[in-house]
Amino acid sequence: MFQKWKDRVTLTDIVMWMIGGTLLLMCLWGSVSTIRAGLYTKSHWIDFVIFGLAQGSIYSLIATGYTMVYGVLKMINFAHGEVFMSGPFTGYFLAMAMWRSEFLDKHPIMAIIAIFALAMFISTMVAYLVEKIAYRPLRGAPRLIPLITAIGASFFLQYLFRGLYGSGINAYPDVQILDGFWMILGVRVLKIQVIVIIAAILMMLLLYGFIMLTKVGKAIRAVSEDKEAAALMGINVDAMISTTFIIGGMAAGAAGVLYALMYKQVHFFMGFIPGLKAFTAAVLGGIGNIPGAMLGGVFLGLIESVAPALFLDGLGIIAPYQLKDAIAFWVND
Amino acid sequence: MTKTQSLWNHGVKIGAIGGVSVLTISLIGMVQMFGKRFIVADFLPMGVAIALILTILTAYLAAKKTSIPDKSIQLANSVISGLMTAGVLSMLVIIGRSIKLRTVFVEASPQLYNILTGGIQGAGGIIFLLGVGLLCGVFAGILILLNDLWRKLIVNALATVFVLGLLQELIMPILKAWDLGVTNYIAELFYAMNGLTPMGAILAMIIFSIIYLSWYANREKIKKGYGDLPKETQKKTKYLGLLILAIILIVLPQVLGLFLSEVLTIVGLYVLLGLGLNIVVGYAGLLDLGYVAFFAIGSYVVALLTSPQIFDFGLNFWQALPIAVICGVLAGVILGIPVLKMRGDYLAIATLGFGEIIRILVLSDFLKPWLGGAQGIGSIPNPNFFGFHMVKPQHIYYLLLAGCILVVFISLRLKNSRLGRAWMAMREDEDVAQAMGINLVATKLLAFATGAGFSALSGAIFASKIGSVYPHSFNVFISINVVAIVIIGGMGSLPGVVIGAAVLMGLPELLREFAEYRMFVYGVALVVMMLLRPEGLLPEQRHKMALHDEPETEAKTAA
Repeated sequence: MFQKWKDRVTLTDIVMWMIGGTLLLMCLWGSVSTIRAGLYTKSHWIDFVIFGLAQGSIYSLIATGYTMVYGVLKMINFAHGEVFMSGPFTGYFLAMAMWRSEFLDKHPIMAIIAIFALAMFISTMVAYLVEKIAYRPLRGAPRLIPLITAIGASFFLQYLFRGLYGSGINAYPDVQILDGFWMILGVRVLKIQVIVIIAAILMMLLLYGFIMLTKVGKAIRAVSEDKEAAALMGINVDAMISTTFIIGGMAAGAAGVLYALMYKQVHFFMGFIPGLKAFTAAVLGGIGNIPGAMLGGVFLGLIESVAPALFLDGLGIIAPYQLKDAIAFWVND
Repeated sequence: MTKTQSLWNHGVKIGAIGGVSVLTISLIGMVQMFGKRFIVADFLPMGVAIALILTILTAYLAAKKTSIPDKSIQLANSVISGLMTAGVLSMLVIIGRSIKLRTVFVEASPQLYNILTGGIQGAGGIIFLLGVGLLCGVFAGILILLNDLWRKLIVNALATVFVLGLLQELIMPILKAWDLGVTNYIAELFYAMNGLTPMGAILAMIIFSIIYLSWYANREKIKKGYGDLPKETQKKTKYLGLLILAIILIVLPQVLGLFLSEVLTIVGLYVLLGLGLNIVVGYAGLLDLGYVAFFAIGSYVVALLTSPQIFDFGLNFWQALPIAVICGVLAGVILGIPVLKMRGDYLAIATLGFGEIIRILVLSDFLKPWLGGAQGIGSIPNPNFFGFHMVKPQHIYYLLLAGCILVVFISLRLKNSRLGRAWMAMREDEDVAQAMGINLVATKLLAFATGAGFSALSGAIFASKIGSVYPHSFNVFISINVVAIVIIGGMGSLPGVVIGAAVLMGLPELLREFAEYRMFVYGVALVVMMLLRPEGLLPEQRHKMALHDEPETEAKTAA
């Protein structure tokens, strides 16, 4: 038994374990010393957790897009972060128009639905067009080529929207019913965060139901299992790939509006970092696996909001990038 | 009914695409921004020239795609396409003049509409716009109808005028700087203060046509004559060519002014970076998006060792340089180990993350006592070459030139070595390469280490050139720029990297308005390149073959 182990373990494995072990020790040491120092009270931690959940559920929605596209195309849609950005950025102008005409305050629900509809429509269109123009002609090309196209598409979209809508940071108007606090079980929580969590969960349920229960969802699953076999079964593979992008785009657009409502700002670069994080979430959950991506997103959001305080308090290091190393370990398994 | 529809289908469809493209570049402000730069002085602004080129190109495509080889139908299709493009734009003008689009689209200003309609208000402007579209369509149709020689002649002559006009700021100062009677005369004949003179444009076209036609008439003879020369003489001409190139490279910064030398050094830095990434991406096929990390490491090592600001080691540039390169190599290996088992997409994102980690670590307050935080490290001394201080960009240029020659030499030697072949085998198929007995771990790590070393070299020179380093100089865009250089130049091709760096880094420096749209154009260029010419501008022979699946026999005869 031991002999077998010895044969299988290589030098790189040992180096990896050492790096992993060191990181784990550092995290443990950090958490112990933070808790001992007692810098944060119970309510702080609850705030961190709720914020993490809200943030994480947004990541989850974006991550489903990555995961589904990976499922059917076996490629990472680098431009997905920009799909996420395009919707709320366009929705901003509608929101501002409604805010100026005071429609937003008189009929807030209607207004928010309208913003969602517009944002989801734009994101969907962007996702669909990106697939059609940039990815479809490259089916069957070497793997590096669609990847480069995706990077190109990502920068093209970022700077297209920068050129169209300007390079400034635009503040989303305040929606009055989303301001303020709720008391839940004796804990004060921000309304918007609760709403984001609930909305994201609803959308994920819808999405998961669509994939698992409808005929189209079944076809998408078939395509991601085996394209040739699916084609032989009479499934229009290209149409299913387009549908996947459309669903991913809708989820990203919705996530984008939630993000904009929570952080109250949009700009052309806003898709880049959440895109990277959502990708990380998709990898954490096992890429190609939809519930995995959802859990991965929530997990990442939680870690991101809790870890800086817990592990790296006062170091001024932003946590998610440290998690980038974590991808390495996870993927290695 | 359906028959006639399919006849005009291409014209309408491609024309609409052209319309949307021109609409896009108008709405993101390219037409306006380049409106102040003239190709032909006070007559043809560059923004309009770009819009016209797009219109003509789409009209040409519309005619070419027409399945029916009837000339009149092709002509009609190109005209329809031109009209469609103009139609989309006139919609913009009509809507824009009645509704205030500016609340959403920041660049949709009355100025833009004036450019599009030639300054004519009301219906006259729309008619003008449609007329221009029609002319573009007719022009494209005529191009289709002409034979090959004339089409090439016209297109190339126009391209010459475009390039000459574009490079006005480059060529005119050089001519003026010599200050001879002849050059001053030429400069004034061709150039006004803001572009080519109309006279100059026509002259340039005529001169180009004469050269082109005489070459065309004699090309068989020249080629045959060169082929008939003995092998020795052919070799000598090649060496002579290299010698001339070397002399040009050495004299260049003396001829160009201070500003252009500065541009040259920027290009040089990117050539170095590109050559390094070329090994990682081009040879070994590992897409590294965190390449800037090694550049940063090289810069910071030199800064820490030579600047008196933080530690005051008191080393000079030449002592710090090898240490910087070694640190880069080590960083390459350290990054390489965790990502060894990753492929393609994962690798790209993991390296992107690595690049950001380095930047954020350097920026963080946590490491501020050692790395200077957001304020960076200043007062890095200039390199000192046997008592000679390299202060001006011209001096740094020679340093870079030496670096580039060294790196080109190493790359060339590596390419056909055992290691180089192992990299290329790995690029084509990792599993097969491993089955052939290639040690993937060592090969990958060597690729990362070599690339990182070159990048650190570039970073070291960068630090001593600028004299101070800041975390903000090392953002993800540098990585993307370098990736774009390598890919657009041609993966694995050394001349491709040089051309790529010159075009992608040199041009934006010369056309400062272009900086706004740099990433936009790179994005488009990457996508278009991958769709139409995945092997790049100056492709490497082997890679080109792999991408186009040429039969084996053909490749052998070519070799």
